[in-house]
Amino acid sequence: MNILAIESSCDETAASVVRDGRQVLSNVIASQIDIHTLYGGVVPEIASRKHIEQVDPVVMQALADAGMTWDDIDAIAVTYGPGLVGALLVGLSYAKSLAFGLGKPLIGVHHIEGHICANYIEDPTLEPPFMCLVVSGGHSHLVNVKDYCEYEILGRTRDDAAGEAFDKVARAIGLGYPGGPKIDKVSNDGDPVAIDFPRPKFSDNEYDFSFSGLKSAVLNYLNQCEMKGIPIVQADVAASFQQAVVDVLVGHSMQAVDMYKVDKLVMAGGVASNSHLRAAMEKACADRGVRFYKPSPILCTDNAAMIGAAAYYEYKKNGCSGWDLNAVPGLKLGERV
Amino acid sequence: MKILGIDSSGLTASVAVVEDDIVIGEYNINFRKTHSQTLLPMLDELSGMISLDAATIDGIAVSEGPGSFTGLRIGSAMVKGLARAWEKPIIPVPTVDALAYNMYGSSDLICPIMDARRNQTYTGLYEFVPEGDGYKMNVLLDRRAVDLGAIMAEVNASGRRTVFLGDGVPVFAEQLREEVRVEYSFAPAFMNRQRAAALAVLAASYMREGRTCTAAEHAPVYLRMSQAERERMESGQ
Repeated sequence: MNILAIESSCDETAASVVRDGRQVLSNVIASQIDIHTLYGGVVPEIASRKHIEQVDPVVMQALADAGMTWDDIDAIAVTYGPGLVGALLVGLSYAKSLAFGLGKPLIGVHHIEGHICANYIEDPTLEPPFMCLVVSGGHSHLVNVKDYCEYEILGRTRDDAAGEAFDKVARAIGLGYPGGPKIDKVSNDGDPVAIDFPRPKFSDNEYDFSFSGLKSAVLNYLNQCEMKGIPIVQADVAASFQQAVVDVLVGHSMQAVDMYKVDKLVMAGGVASNSHLRAAMEKACADRGVRFYKPSPILCTDNAAMIGAAAYYEYKKNGCSGWDLNAVPGLKLGERV
Repeated sequence: MKILGIDSSGLTASVAVVEDDIVIGEYNINFRKTHSQTLLPMLDELSGMISLDAATIDGIAVSEGPGSFTGLRIGSAMVKGLARAWEKPIIPVPTVDALAYNMYGSSDLICPIMDARRNQTYTGLYEFVPEGDGYKMNVLLDRRAVDLGAIMAEVNASGRRTVFLGDGVPVFAEQLREEVRVEYSFAPAFMNRQRAAALAVLAASYMREGRTCTAAEHAPVYLRMSQAERERMESGQ
């Protein structure tokens, strides 16, 4: 089954053709990062305007790269949430009328389920059940993946997403946007134990995350240094902040792996491409004899191949979506609208 | 010539199929539901009712703007998808021109008033002049985003009886009544909002003039920068 998938939930316009949920035949991504960098973050209206310019060329490129015509495509898949509503609506409206016009099924896909399913592409032998840490600019979830399309959320962030914290801290220490890759890089030259930043934990749900306190601790530290006239070592701040995030993410993940006795730990989302997090998680898994899965960086950031992978299993289990499918900016993981 | 028309530029969702001198089907909804929920089911139902064969369509007309940014993009994305699937050209039509076309044959000056928020209106000025066995619509003042006062000054300067229509009329009714110095009327319910049938008929004349574009080329005409761009420019960065 060949699925043409479209993704436009944030600042990437993407399209891909995926066969049977596992084999990527094309994967086109038009990034808007340059324009949003001017504003220090994603501006929803500008993102939506770029999406409407890009959506058709990107889809046609994906079809051409796969060496296909519409006759070869069996279904159209699209992200319908969560994300920026105006951005989602562009890909969704295009996908819906394309499917309608072609007389092919439409499959609405949850963006985070897409991130998780990116791992099915990376390793075609991976099958549920497994534990999954989803960390991106908008999301931080610890998910028990019981079966295809069956998700139990064990923990989530109570405030900022992990990637959001990276962006905010990067801005505060003058690294700029996007924060994730910049902190990752500069941390290589820093001391991760130079500053002891907090690693919050909640007694009522030990799997939940909080990153806004950590971000505030970094800001407080910077202020104190400034007041006392102590020079700030950018690389040390970055490395120490990053170490705190990595410790929390790895710690929570290992606790869940132990508690639920799963033998596979999977990472997903943009922050999963952080090199320090990958190394630390790999070591923690190896220590426990747990198999560790992570998508290559191109499949960590927003892309449509992961939507095509998720769509295949969604279609097999729940069938197709109706023509009234709407964008749901706050769509919950596992929720079906 | 058979044209499918789609308008989602304002609160109205409208789809119509027009073939030469007949509106084969038109479906209008003025309700709170979002266009992304209503438009495609409307087209689906209309297509079924009139046994629409996509192969017989010559062009897909869309209200390209100005209007609600999100609404314009939903319409644009929708016609792009259809144009790709059916391999048909897109016929973009200015929203306020299509609105004015509702008043076909009127001897009054025609002034569409759309609510553009921030105390502004999307508007223009139009008139119909006899041509052959019908009328031709002249654009006297093309589409623009201006304060109501600016367009009222133009209307008053014309000295002509004027008909107002569009979703801005109820918003600005009081101000209109106070500031208009010429004879005027407000268009009645069946012609005072976007109608895909009027859009499609106007689009047919565009198509005969070769004014079409492809799915890759089409883009909404917002007439306005985004707030972030505007603020960035104003701050001189």
